[in-house]
Amino acid sequence: MIAALPAIALAALLPAAAIVHIKNFTYVPATIRVHAGDRVTFVNDDDEAHTATALDKSFDSDGLGTGDTYQHVFPKPGTYRYFCEMHPYMHGTIVVLPRSSQ
Amino acid sequence: MKRRNFLEHVGWTGAGIVWTLGATGTLSAAGAQEDRGFSFVQISDSHIGFARPENPDVAGTLARAVAAINALPNQPAFVVHTGDITHLAKAEQFDAARSLLQSLKAPLLALPGEHDAIGSLKGYFASFGRKDAPDGWFSFDQNGIHFVSLVNVFDFELMGKLGRTQLDWLKGDLAAVPGSRPVVVFAHVPLYALYPTWGWTTEDGAEALQMLARFDHVTVLNGHIHQIIEHREGNIRFATAAATAYPQPAPGTAPKPGPLLVPADRLLSVLGYRTLELVPPSDLHSEDHPLA
Repeated sequence: MIAALPAIALAALLPAAAIVHIKNFTYVPATIRVHAGDRVTFVNDDDEAHTATALDKSFDSDGLGTGDTYQHVFPKPGTYRYFCEMHPYMHGTIVVLPRSSQ
Repeated sequence: MKRRNFLEHVGWTGAGIVWTLGATGTLSAAGAQEDRGFSFVQISDSHIGFARPENPDVAGTLARAVAAINALPNQPAFVVHTGDITHLAKAEQFDAARSLLQSLKAPLLALPGEHDAIGSLKGYFASFGRKDAPDGWFSFDQNGIHFVSLVNVFDFELMGKLGRTQLDWLKGDLAAVPGSRPVVVFAHVPLYALYPTWGWTTEDGAEALQMLARFDHVTVLNGHIHQIIEHREGNIRFATAAATAYPQPAPGTAPKPGPLLVPADRLLSVLGYRTLELVPPSDLHSEDHPLA
């Protein structure tokens, strides 16, 4: 009976989520801010295949065909830059803030 | 192929390499083709695993190319696949591609494209790697031609580059080759600046081209662009091949590169393979064959 739980309890149970769309060879939005423990979903809306690959290799979507999605939970605060392995001029940034700053 | 195109490409003969574009019939009528012995075939960009309206059956179009090559009266000494064998470098895509390409009568050499290198080159090496080429690049001599096969796909350390290690290897490899010997180079991405805005270039390609400048006859064959484009810089002739999967827009004619949707009844006419025949002593006769 999840629906019966108060909204605050739900927020505590489920990680917050953000979505990055890959469209026209760009990550949209190019920079997002989330909090530690949040989940980010990458969605490839392009006809071309792409990846979302961290420069520090802390995450890697592998190849995303059209319509494919990839999710990653960011446990630790920090600034994570990523790019597309197939089109290395495509860049994006995930800023992960500590949970306490929420 | 239209006569107009054939005439356009006859203009290339002046430099000693006979370049023609067209179906076999056209060339036979022109008296330009007869059984000359040594030949090889280039195919490219099969993108096995791709399944979008631009080509819902990439396995079918690759199979069609394989059947056409197997039916050539003058069987090639080998077939080179200049990369993007798979769409997403997934194990099942490499398996499917290998199974399709195994039905070629001629031996196969297959280079990785950036789509085959997603994550790592492990899948590529497992399916198409060569024992004598642990890094992916290699060279060999056949029928008086020096062949060099390069890897210039994106890599975490060496984005869009051949890289120092490979360039040093190339320098050593070419050092022993006489300048009069024809050199044929395979690479996935163009070695010259075909259209840098779309990443259609190799960052350190110029250094490789400098090493090739002293040779009388150099032909560089690449894929990646999914359309036939010919180019010349000094003694070096570049030929970009059609894909077997789907076409892409001509440079700068769309906001971005990517699969180009053409009417279904036109698709086979923009896909194809390329035959290359040695015309002794050192000319290379190239011909592009659409799949229909």
